[in-house]
Amino acid sequence: MKPGAAAPAELPPPGLDGLEPRWSRLVTTPTLDGVGRTWHVLDNRTDDPIVTLLCVHGNPTWSYLWRDLLARAPSNVRVVAVDQLDMGFSERTGTVRRLAQRIDDLEALTDELGLTGPVVTVAHDWGGPIALGWAERHVDQVTGVVLMNTAVHQPEESHAPGIIRLVRAPGVLRRVCETTPIFVRGTMALTHPRVPRPVREAYEAPYRSADRRAAITAFVEDIPLDDRHPSQWVLDRVAADLDLLADIPVLLLWGPADPVFSDLYLRDLAERLPQAEIHRFIGAGHLTPEDADVASAVFAWIGRSDESAPPPTPEEKRVPMWAKIDRRADEEGVAIVEMGKDGQQTSRTFSEFAVDVHRVAAGLSLFGVEKGDRVALLVPPGIDLAVCLYACWRMGAVVVVADAGLGARGMSKAMASANPAYLIGNTRALAAARAMRWPGIKISTEPVGNGRRRLLHAETTLDDLRASGEDAPEPTAPGSGDVGAVGFTSGATGPAKGVVYRHHQLEAQRDALIDLYGIGPDDSFVAAFGPFALLGPALGIPSVVPEMKVTEPGSLSATALAEAARSVDATLVFASPAALTNVVRTAGKMSADQIAVLRRARLLMSAGAPVRASVLRSMTGIMPDAEMHTPYGMTEVLPVADISLTEIEHLPGGEGVCVGHPVPGVDVAISSLDERGVAAGELSDEPFVVGEVCIRAPHMRDGYDNLWVTENDASRPEGWHRSGDVGHLDADGRLWIEGRIGHVVTTPSGPVTPVGIEHAVADLPEVALAAVVGVGPPGTQRVIVVLEPVDRVPRSRLADEGLSDRVRACADSVDVSAVLVVPEIPVDKRHNSKIDRTRIARWAERVLGGGRMGPI
Amino acid sequence: MRVLVTGSTSLIGRHVVRRLLERGDTVWTLQRRPGDEPGVVEHLGDVTDRSTVERAVERAEAVIHLAAHVAATGPWSRFATTNIEGTRNVTEAAASAGVGRFIHVSSPSVAHGGASLVGAAAEPADPGNAHGPYARSKAMAEIVALDAGSSVMPVVAVRPHLVWGPGDTQLIGRIVDRARSGRLAIVGTGAALIDTTYIDNAADALVAALDHAPSIGTRALVVTNGQPRPVREIIDRIVAAAGLEPPRITVPYRVAHAGGRIVEQIWDRRGRDDDPPMTSFLAEQLGTAHWFDQRETRRVLQWEPEVSLNEGFRRLRTWFEST
Repeated sequence: MKPGAAAPAELPPPGLDGLEPRWSRLVTTPTLDGVGRTWHVLDNRTDDPIVTLLCVHGNPTWSYLWRDLLARAPSNVRVVAVDQLDMGFSERTGTVRRLAQRIDDLEALTDELGLTGPVVTVAHDWGGPIALGWAERHVDQVTGVVLMNTAVHQPEESHAPGIIRLVRAPGVLRRVCETTPIFVRGTMALTHPRVPRPVREAYEAPYRSADRRAAITAFVEDIPLDDRHPSQWVLDRVAADLDLLADIPVLLLWGPADPVFSDLYLRDLAERLPQAEIHRFIGAGHLTPEDADVASAVFAWIGRSDESAPPPTPEEKRVPMWAKIDRRADEEGVAIVEMGKDGQQTSRTFSEFAVDVHRVAAGLSLFGVEKGDRVALLVPPGIDLAVCLYACWRMGAVVVVADAGLGARGMSKAMASANPAYLIGNTRALAAARAMRWPGIKISTEPVGNGRRRLLHAETTLDDLRASGEDAPEPTAPGSGDVGAVGFTSGATGPAKGVVYRHHQLEAQRDALIDLYGIGPDDSFVAAFGPFALLGPALGIPSVVPEMKVTEPGSLSATALAEAARSVDATLVFASPAALTNVVRTAGKMSADQIAVLRRARLLMSAGAPVRASVLRSMTGIMPDAEMHTPYGMTEVLPVADISLTEIEHLPGGEGVCVGHPVPGVDVAISSLDERGVAAGELSDEPFVVGEVCIRAPHMRDGYDNLWVTENDASRPEGWHRSGDVGHLDADGRLWIEGRIGHVVTTPSGPVTPVGIEHAVADLPEVALAAVVGVGPPGTQRVIVVLEPVDRVPRSRLADEGLSDRVRACADSVDVSAVLVVPEIPVDKRHNSKIDRTRIARWAERVLGGGRMGPI
Repeated sequence: MRVLVTGSTSLIGRHVVRRLLERGDTVWTLQRRPGDEPGVVEHLGDVTDRSTVERAVERAEAVIHLAAHVAATGPWSRFATTNIEGTRNVTEAAASAGVGRFIHVSSPSVAHGGASLVGAAAEPADPGNAHGPYARSKAMAEIVALDAGSSVMPVVAVRPHLVWGPGDTQLIGRIVDRARSGRLAIVGTGAALIDTTYIDNAADALVAALDHAPSIGTRALVVTNGQPRPVREIIDRIVAAAGLEPPRITVPYRVAHAGGRIVEQIWDRRGRDDDPPMTSFLAEQLGTAHWFDQRETRRVLQWEPEVSLNEGFRRLRTWFEST
């Protein structure tokens, strides 16, 4: 390593994008190197701060990386962002500074600054080990550690050391880092989206000449890759001493699209810092502070409350998910049926099912699955899935389940986020896992020969597990506070989020459903709605999965439903609106005895999306004695409320869709909207206050997986879940949903929710479907109605005068600026009823701004 | 209050004068042609004539300055003289006469080029960017007017957007004339949202500005009905109110814009001062969105438009039927 030429510290030139000159100061540490060294530091110089953020950049950036933290710091937080010596605008010392020296340097600086109060260290890239080294020496002072895309150890599977070795090859390193600005520019190129030019120029400002870039080379050379490296022992010491930080809160903020510090490094750090809270910013890359809003995350984190969750049910009172399987283990009645093509049936009795669950649970344990390990279940609804699920729960594994509707890309993202240690799937799922490189040791639910086993990377099969677990002892069961499941469902916008449930929450959900629908030992049900397909064994009653395509709920026919109902003599039917719509459509094909079978049902429950009353009404023709119910809820908490068709038929008029009364044990409150449509109000149960629907229930999710920011935003106040839905309570305590919070139109006369107007417009005889969206800046948006007429139009156009007048009359006092007629309103393919208002709004914004009409 | 109204024979001018008289203000006017409003002291003359202006403004407590040269094309000197120099004369004379509040009637076109305006605020006037001689001269006039503002004489520049109503020869007259002769075309998709202002609301807003000028201070405000509509819907409803068929011709935006340029050059070269069938400014007005954030305007004026668009169209129809 060669030192660069010496040069004094300087202040940054004025005019760098987003950088306030008043933050910059030069600080001399008189004792360093015996001659004194001068630093450039950004410092908002807050007096008497409650905490100071000590921000340490990596290579090849400088304190500019932290400008958002300075700009947005609360008035009682001090932010000190340093330019490391030889970097940024700090002094070029003419020496080589390795990791150990840099930790000493930072300590000398904080001594000079007299930083004695509480400190949260914030570090990125190779600033991480330096900040951690400093924190380990100041344990009494450090109240938090924030790390972004960094490492204290090279994980074995990582390709990064290879890349680093390549770059370090003779003749390459200096050319990349020093004689040319390739490395500095290249780092900017890793941003998503690419940072604007003024920002790139600001990053490059202190590194304009080869002399000024010498330390960039030195930094790369100082990355230890083997034991002979002079900094290896220092890094190992930093890693080993992380124990000293065991009682200090840690936040890991990560851009997973980082070619160097991939998720492998995140996991390595998460293992070493088990107390860490994690947020992966999906889509963000290496330069985390440029790609994601880390400032909001950091300030939310340091301002968080320390309230702890209510204690789970005491173990002795608890009824585990598998309890009823054990209770009926001696019974020979049918427990679970899977309907195949052409009337084929596979089934298990209660005793067979109990034995199977026991064997697979023990088999998993013997195979090496440990309590707390994550096991992804990529198995279609049916017997195998139920067996795997209860076996995992029984032996303490955490199941990862993902909605097949996510598609291959969504599934890949979900798998990368959940990072299962094991993946159980049929051969089709394993082939996809192989092709898309999903993590986890693969287990096939189908028997496979040696060739295919190798091809699919299947380490074992379900049958092998059954065989090995046959006489094995019962594995220890998990506690009610242990995590039981991570679920991913297709979100309306953005990548799917992993929702974490602990066992006591899963158990509470089961009990809420039992209470709500009065489910007793004499009941049995058809599970034509994904999430409930697995509940039969937990409820201790027979269940059947009808013949239908997993990804297409609309493929359920009336005859398939009837045949399924016959197999268990079903009293309950659970199905999605799309499935029911098709059942109504195909009802004419049923034979007389199929019709008779369905007439025995006492309850029909439609879940998964809002159902039209007309569909339920048609179903009363098929199930005349069944009560028609539809619950309201979401992946994070289900059920929240419930309404019956009888109640729907007798509702007073109101804005939005009534979803009924909150179910027992569930608290619902409303957080009112401000003029920009932000749900800022205190929770209220006053009737007719419009705002975000907030929920608290024992069967609510525990949190989100590796999404600390999301979880924090959705959990205000602590213990509540913010649903993202907007609605109100009526005078009778019924909940009405008026749309998604992101779809609220913020007009100058207040927020307007879309659903009420949409329904009124859709009730016009010539209208098939209507969407209400806003155009314009928040707070002064205009209401636009986009409608699909019954008589299809070939292309989009403005509505004529008569239709506009009729539509405007539906909107009452709300001023509708434009009415547009389109061939088709885009809706969510899966549910066939969720209107894609975000997309429609984008289109309307273009068209009404004078752009071309074109398709939505 | 003793109020001098310049350009009082214009549509807005007549409405403003009537409102002031109705509530008992003393109204003096400065205009080129005699008006027909009884109870008004008329000063005949041009705003470019300093001595006439000085005489008219003497002892006035307030000025509403409406006089302007409005045209699509024509020599720059006419715009500059009337709009810029005229405004300078009136503001300077008002300031020396000790006038306590000054309402300058401006136009939203002073602050933008051809880009879409979606929920826009009242940006500062920008003559360098304003399109067409009218907008450019009005931009400079507004700068002159606001510059004359002081704590003694606050100047409120009110920019009503596309004022229309019964008797309007500018917007309504042109649209209906063209519809009658079959020359009315829709530019682009006709879906661009535009704000308009019904005449009574524009006049009310000017009076509100006059009343609240001391608390508003010197600044510019855009005034509209706060009900943007697709341009095609506005045109269709105006034409329908006149009992005519809606236009069937549509011209792509680019064609209209380029055609408008050519037409302007021809009109310029031949020195014609009649209305050209299309100008690039008109194409922009018809082909891009123009609507405004009215929250601040309504807050400081303490004013809400009284006549909705629907009511406005109804009144327009009645008026057409009676003439």
